[in-house]
Amino acid sequence: MTMAKFDEPGYYKHEDLLKVDYHPPRTGWMDTPVDFRPGTYIYPGKAKNLKYLDLPNPRNWAVTDEDWKLQENWKEIVLDGMAERLRRYRTFRLFMDICVRCGACADKCHFFIGGGDPKNMPVLRAELLRSIYRKDFTALGKILGKIAGARELTYDVIKEWFYYFYQCTECRRCSVFCPYGIDTAEITMMGRELLGLLGLYVNWAIEPVANCFRTGNHLGIPPHGLLDTLEFMVDDIEEATGIKVDIPMNKKGAEVLFVTPSGDYVAEPGIQTCMSYMILFNEIGLDYTWSTYASEGGNFGLFTSHEMIKRLNAKIYAEAKRLGVKWILGGECGHMWRTMHQYMNTVNGPPDFLEVPKSPFTGTVFENARSAKIVHIMEFTADLIKHGKLKLDPSRNDHIRVTFHDSCNTARGMGILEEPRYVMKSVCNNFFEMPENTIREQTFCCGGGAGLGTDENMEMRLRGGLPRGSAVKYVQEKYGVNQLAAMCAIDRATLITVCDYWAPGVKVTGISELVANAMILKGEKKRTKNLRLETIPGAEEEDTAQGNIEHLETIEGMHTTKGGSSNE
Amino acid sequence: MPYADLGGKNLEIDEDGFIQDPDAWDEAVAKALAETEGVADMSDEHWKVVNYLREYYLEYSMAPMIRKLCKETGFPLKKIYELFPSGPAKGACKVAGLPKPTGCV
Repeated sequence: MTMAKFDEPGYYKHEDLLKVDYHPPRTGWMDTPVDFRPGTYIYPGKAKNLKYLDLPNPRNWAVTDEDWKLQENWKEIVLDGMAERLRRYRTFRLFMDICVRCGACADKCHFFIGGGDPKNMPVLRAELLRSIYRKDFTALGKILGKIAGARELTYDVIKEWFYYFYQCTECRRCSVFCPYGIDTAEITMMGRELLGLLGLYVNWAIEPVANCFRTGNHLGIPPHGLLDTLEFMVDDIEEATGIKVDIPMNKKGAEVLFVTPSGDYVAEPGIQTCMSYMILFNEIGLDYTWSTYASEGGNFGLFTSHEMIKRLNAKIYAEAKRLGVKWILGGECGHMWRTMHQYMNTVNGPPDFLEVPKSPFTGTVFENARSAKIVHIMEFTADLIKHGKLKLDPSRNDHIRVTFHDSCNTARGMGILEEPRYVMKSVCNNFFEMPENTIREQTFCCGGGAGLGTDENMEMRLRGGLPRGSAVKYVQEKYGVNQLAAMCAIDRATLITVCDYWAPGVKVTGISELVANAMILKGEKKRTKNLRLETIPGAEEEDTAQGNIEHLETIEGMHTTKGGSSNE
Repeated sequence: MPYADLGGKNLEIDEDGFIQDPDAWDEAVAKALAETEGVADMSDEHWKVVNYLREYYLEYSMAPMIRKLCKETGFPLKKIYELFPSGPAKGACKVAGLPKPTGCV
């Protein structure tokens, strides 16, 4: 065995990470420079990606370099950029002005809880920007300076911004507790935009943006690659179910355009989530199409700038128009929901050429999507189940004891709280909630959202994942939970690491996978394998679903909701 | 980004050691990249994985999903980790000269 490196979880000892020091440093916050420690920062955006997007100051540089090769007039660029944004975004000016530094947000951030760095208290993270605002844009700050909480914009301030605005996942948990409703994610977004004017991006966000602009998805998958990938899934679906599903691609006149995050094409368990969409659509006979042009539901533009939100999101709606679909259905994505429902109408304009989404199977009109014309797969699926349109055998999931991680953007961003729970309870007999202050509006972030889910940021991911990981551990020990479901591709990618580290033994799944495994399909073969092509416990020996249940009860003895048996 | 001497060439690499110009790749470069991954000798099994990844990349401009890699090479994931301790993405893909995947992965 080689020694683990700082970008691998094995490098970090649990007892070290659990010893969180909440004592602030001896020096005042304005006099404490950033310590760029490997494992806590993200590599810079590569020149080729900036060039591709026509962004300013493309060059290759390293975070640990003294000289970040900024433009000569960098200070002027930042202050002009700030002035412009203060004029343009009323929220920005409001959030700069109204904070009374009460500190209600201070201990709500997963990075502060797991890391103890005072500058990760949302109030202080915002203060990094606010102090510059005061100095240059308020009379009080201009006159009183430091006494009024104002400070000079220096090179070190820029470095500090880069470090801390990429230690915020824009999850908005702090905002839930803010008595003024300040949206700290918006402050982080402004900070990142200003950094962007200097050509300061993280590669984990800007490369997906460049890829998406070029190929239609974050991973840079070209049309024939997407088709080959989906065709492979068709074979696996057939192996598991005996059903051969179609892949409608770029089909003009389809009723629905389907878009999902590209993580679902290549990364497990996203692949199984993706296979499950295909199974569902095939079974109900949905008239839909994939697109090779709009092949990404996520939008890393949201983690970059308003301009990038616009440029990437435009593709989906341009494609919907070109194909002549009626409405759009979105896969299990988190931040797509914030983009679509909270930014799109402003940045791209409302998609009036589409129809108000209406399920062709139940007649349900999705009133909540009247403006954006896009429905989340969980809303769609919950409605199908509610109307008895799916034949389900939840006992096929009886070996699974599942909990649900509310994704920040669907929960806090859009209030999709009940639909996923309704679906999961319909397809699983063993569903357990994590503690109340860690779910729904108060859900804890995975620690890897908003462009932070990269391995060189491993220490921060594990620290930021501690609150979520602890809640998973709690239900694992109390109820024997062995799977965590999430309806976001970033979650499905980063929570694997969080669970392996903080609650080993708990596997991650998309919700649709649970649905597809429970669905009784027309003409299916005897289902002995799940979509991961693993043998379903008991299925090889027992003939009936009832048999499955009895079998499991005998061997595992953990079919009561109160049972204290932890899974191993 | 830094440069490194790999298989007789001076190539630009990223922070994780991935080469930046996929066209600069050849067998000597692969062997040198393998050494950075703790693989001293490229066996036939190593080459089977690397060649499959390489061919797939040249045809589709992307890495195949890991599931497909396993199926096409006949190696279970465990075996791929035995061959390339950093795993299929950070190990095998690097040796095959593919770019590092980014996004919701």
